[in-house]
Amino acid sequence: MVASRDDAFVSFEHVQKSYDGETLVVKDLNLQLAKGEFLTMLGPSGSGKTTCLMMLAGFETATHGEIRLDGKPINQVPPHKRGIGMVFQNYALFPHMTVGENLSFPLEVRGMGKSEREEKIKRALDMVQMGAFANRRPAQMSGGQQQRIALARALVFDPKLVLMDEPLGALDKQLREHMQFEIKHLHESLGITVVYVTHDQGEALTMSDRVAVFNDGRIQQLAPPAELYERPDNSFVAGFIGENNKLPGVIEELNGDRAVVRLENGELIDATAVNVQAKGDKTLVSIRPERVEFKPELIPAGAHTIDAEVLEVIYMGDILRTRMRVAGHDEFVVKCRNTIDQMPLTPGQRIRIGWNPLDARALDMI
Amino acid sequence: MNKKTLLALTTAFGGLALPALAEDITIMSWGGSYAAAETESYYKPFTAETGIGVVSVDADNPATPVKAQVDAGNVTTDVALFLISDAMRLCDEGQLMPIDASLLPDGADGTPAEEDFLEGTLSECMVPNDIYATAVAYDASKFAEGAAPSSIADFFDTEKFPGKRGVLKSPKVVLEMALMADGVPADEVYDVLDTDEGVDRAFAKLDTIKGDAIYWEAGAQPPQLLADGEVVMTMSYNGRIFNAAVNEGKPFEVLWDGQVYEWEGYVIPEGAPNAEAAMEYIKYATSSEQSASFSERISYGTPRKSAAPLVGNVFGTDIPMAPNLPTYPENMTNALASSAEFWVDRETELGERFNAWLLAN
Amino acid sequence: MSDVASQLTTADGRPLKAALASAQARAKRRAFFLVLPLLLFILISFAVPIGQMLQRSVYNDQFSKSVPALSQWFAENPKGTAPDEAAFAALASDLVLMKETRAAGDAGTRINYVVSGTRSMFTKAARGADKLEPPFMEAMLELDEDWDNPLVWNAMRSAASPWTFDFYTIAFDLERDADGKLTKVDETQRIYFRLFIKTFLIAGVITAICLVLAFPIAHLLATLPMAKANLLMILVLLPFWTSLLVRTTSWIVLLQGQGVVNDILVALGIIGDDGRLQMIYNQTGTIIAMVHILLPFMVLPLYSVMRVIPVSYTRAARSLGATSWTTFRRIYLPQTIPGIGAGVLLVFILAVGYYITPALVGGADGQLFSNMVQFHMTKANWSMAAALATMLLVGVLVLYWLYDRLIGIDKLKLG
Ligand SMILES: Nc1ncnc2c1ncn2[C@@H]1O[C@H](COP(=O)(O)OP(=O)(O)OP(=O)(O)O)[C@@H](O)[C@H]1O
Ligand SMILES: [Mg+2]
Repeated sequence: MVASRDDAFVSFEHVQKSYDGETLVVKDLNLQLAKGEFLTMLGPSGSGKTTCLMMLAGFETATHGEIRLDGKPINQVPPHKRGIGMVFQNYALFPHMTVGENLSFPLEVRGMGKSEREEKIKRALDMVQMGAFANRRPAQMSGGQQQRIALARALVFDPKLVLMDEPLGALDKQLREHMQFEIKHLHESLGITVVYVTHDQGEALTMSDRVAVFNDGRIQQLAPPAELYERPDNSFVAGFIGENNKLPGVIEELNGDRAVVRLENGELIDATAVNVQAKGDKTLVSIRPERVEFKPELIPAGAHTIDAEVLEVIYMGDILRTRMRVAGHDEFVVKCRNTIDQMPLTPGQRIRIGWNPLDARALDMI
Repeated sequence: MNKKTLLALTTAFGGLALPALAEDITIMSWGGSYAAAETESYYKPFTAETGIGVVSVDADNPATPVKAQVDAGNVTTDVALFLISDAMRLCDEGQLMPIDASLLPDGADGTPAEEDFLEGTLSECMVPNDIYATAVAYDASKFAEGAAPSSIADFFDTEKFPGKRGVLKSPKVVLEMALMADGVPADEVYDVLDTDEGVDRAFAKLDTIKGDAIYWEAGAQPPQLLADGEVVMTMSYNGRIFNAAVNEGKPFEVLWDGQVYEWEGYVIPEGAPNAEAAMEYIKYATSSEQSASFSERISYGTPRKSAAPLVGNVFGTDIPMAPNLPTYPENMTNALASSAEFWVDRETELGERFNAWLLAN
Repeated sequence: MSDVASQLTTADGRPLKAALASAQARAKRRAFFLVLPLLLFILISFAVPIGQMLQRSVYNDQFSKSVPALSQWFAENPKGTAPDEAAFAALASDLVLMKETRAAGDAGTRINYVVSGTRSMFTKAARGADKLEPPFMEAMLELDEDWDNPLVWNAMRSAASPWTFDFYTIAFDLERDADGKLTKVDETQRIYFRLFIKTFLIAGVITAICLVLAFPIAHLLATLPMAKANLLMILVLLPFWTSLLVRTTSWIVLLQGQGVVNDILVALGIIGDDGRLQMIYNQTGTIIAMVHILLPFMVLPLYSVMRVIPVSYTRAARSLGATSWTTFRRIYLPQTIPGIGAGVLLVFILAVGYYITPALVGGADGQLFSNMVQFHMTKANWSMAAALATMLLVGVLVLYWLYDRLIGIDKLKLG
């Protein structure tokens, strides 16, 4: 699915952006996007996601670099000629128009006839199950309903590319999850290309073909969700996506991508070398809580194990979340499924823990 | 000992000798340089002589607050300075006290007061204090020697004197001037204006300068218009032109032909708290000597014939004041006394017609 | 629905509505006491004076209070009866009364409003009233032949009652002829109604210019960063803080024939020295000066509305394929309507009521309707001033109503 530079549908090449001429908000952005792809930009607040989206939509100009759409550079194309559908965080439904008029607007400016317009509006509204609301005004609808209308409006004129800037940010959790499903469904059934901005990692992981993790104006990692989760390229990504245990240490042995790391208290652990170059490098080892094992039979033979003291056990229904002190760190978390044969842990208990070396990633120190 | 020190001395001793036997009186007047002249020529010497103090109050037009006071039955003003038209109106409406002219002092030459005042200026409720004129004025430096306008007809002659003219935005005075410019002798102006044909004739004459007119309402405007070169000539109150000429050295001249003069004077509101002292004041202030002294301080003419010869130099200078006064005999050869009687009757109607005329372009 | 509600009861059986009302009564009382001072203030400073003004425009007892005998004669004889000896006798006795109370001027003034030139008839007749001998008709006609003028008698009949529409008749440039029929006054006398129309037209022009000028300024203010916007705002508000005279004088200095603007134009060779433009002491001057003064009243409401229109609306429209012009016309403009409405209404109403500026810089054209109100006030003709002011008030209310019908008053945003 990953597009090569030449047949990419959307491509950013060495794009930089500065608002004030002093600081770069986007630093050397390179990104290729294939037709039909669902790409999510994920990152903390202020990392430049909206800026990238706005450059693509044509509301901000790139300070440097080139953006191409369907092979053609679009730096000089005004926004209304780009044919990009857009969903805004606050929906931006025109308050003085009814839902029908809102949907009709993009069709009217394209000079479409009345009957054709009506048909398209109806189809778009049905698509988001809002067929009965054509005569309502935006103010007379709930947030979720407005969200659907905004979606329908962005799609009604059949754009090839749809941009969504935190479209679900204002919805409650349940509705958000429902809408995630619907958007994903629409994406698949319509075959459109979507660039989606969010800072909700769950959303990013469930919906996207690929996720671009932004920080500090750069893409930290661009990968499918599973890869992002399981094989973060650096400690920022590891820390940003999902829950993570971080153990600082020094590379003791380096053998291909197998590494042994000495923790601060002298204990040794196994890890996969990702972002480390040589013996003696400082590193941060990242292990997902659900990949930590404490039943001796589940720890791979020959792997290092270390000491742990159980501090707290939190019952969370489907899982048990255990906080432990490991190598002097109190925040080490272990998650295990709440099955009938689960071995009970109690605070104060001392155990030994270990993991498959593939699950521990020796990353850069931040 | 000159007059000024004498005045100061009498003031000082008077104040000592007669410690406020009578009550103070409140006099409402125009304020500004007018009230300043009143203070020097009347208030101070009056207090010195009688021990009656004077509280001076300013108003834009004293008739308005005085009417309000009388209407409300709460009169605090003892003497007020009114235009003759306001005095006639309020007198008719019973809001001013009638003043017996026979009580006024004789003229300096012994003429009884009723004969000493210029004809028609005395009225039931008002004793005239001064006479001012609305006349045409021009900037002498803008005309060659001998080529300056010399008659009221010239003001309406746009061929001989092309350029803008400053015109008072009021039917009063303007209609009279139009008729005089059209050849109506001063003493027939109101007879003519009393007929419909006469009014038409006046407006027809005004039509001839309509396209060249710049209208003014406030007295300060005409000297400014002249100074800015906005107009070649303008109607103006004579005192304003005199001030600009004497105080600011402007080469402005008043054209003493076809001017309309009016007078203003003292009245006592009905129900004035100190009516007797008020009458004493009026007797004092309108005497020949005081009236002449007033005319030296401000270029308004004295209404007393016997006072005219007493008017000396412009106060503090060696320029004779008399030739600058509207009452100077040589200035009066073709002058018209404004008829308050006529205007009380016709002001509303002619005001409407004048406004309609302004509106119709 | 409301039936159901009225049948609902609280747990202890009280009707729900009554329970709700009593629960809210305390809060309502408190709220009422809080607004009471304002209410009184408005009543005393606004409602009462306006009521008085309305009353004055139709109530005038200047004449009626002094003519008991004449009033009786009018009551006994129907309209259209020619005045007979009895009528003149009644008039003569009332004139005696007027002489005593010195009310002739006042009474004559009232008749003079309707029939010009009659005031002196009353003052003259009253002066010698006690010496009048029967037959009174002859004696009176001796004094002035106009005493049997039917117009005078009609006017007296009308003025014998303090309640009158005479002042509105005048205000609409109408008069009653000898038969009492309403006719238009002579062309040369038509002023009030024409001026009324003209005033509304000029106010409309001023409002339109203000809108055209203020819209881009307000937009700029709304989109500029705060610091720059504040600086610009000060410039916009400057006329507020300048005294009227200073402002007017500067306009004169700038615009007059020998003024700065003309000098520059001549120096640039755009106009000849003899072709200097007349930009003041005429309608142009009035419009320029009033636009200057009223511009902030247009900018402020527009600004306050534009500031809260999120940029995402225009962006959404653009992304949907609209050109910038279409976006402006169909998306931006409609959302500024509350501000436009407020600004237009504000500027228009203020413009309609202005009189000092037009008087100073307007020349012959510079009179607006309010100048007439002021004219009559200085002449102490309160009834006429009140009638004209009422016309103005009604004119503005009609506009307000129109606005409500066309746009809706709830869509007004003043700031
Ligand atoms: N119009 C602007 N002018 C100046 N600076 C801006 C402007 N818009 C954004 N920035 C700055 O650029 C940086 C990136 O902003 P951007 O809106 O792209 O962040 P974001 O990743 O979308 O954040 P969020 O998740 O909060 O929406 C921020 O530091 C922001 O302050
Ligand atoms: Mg953003």
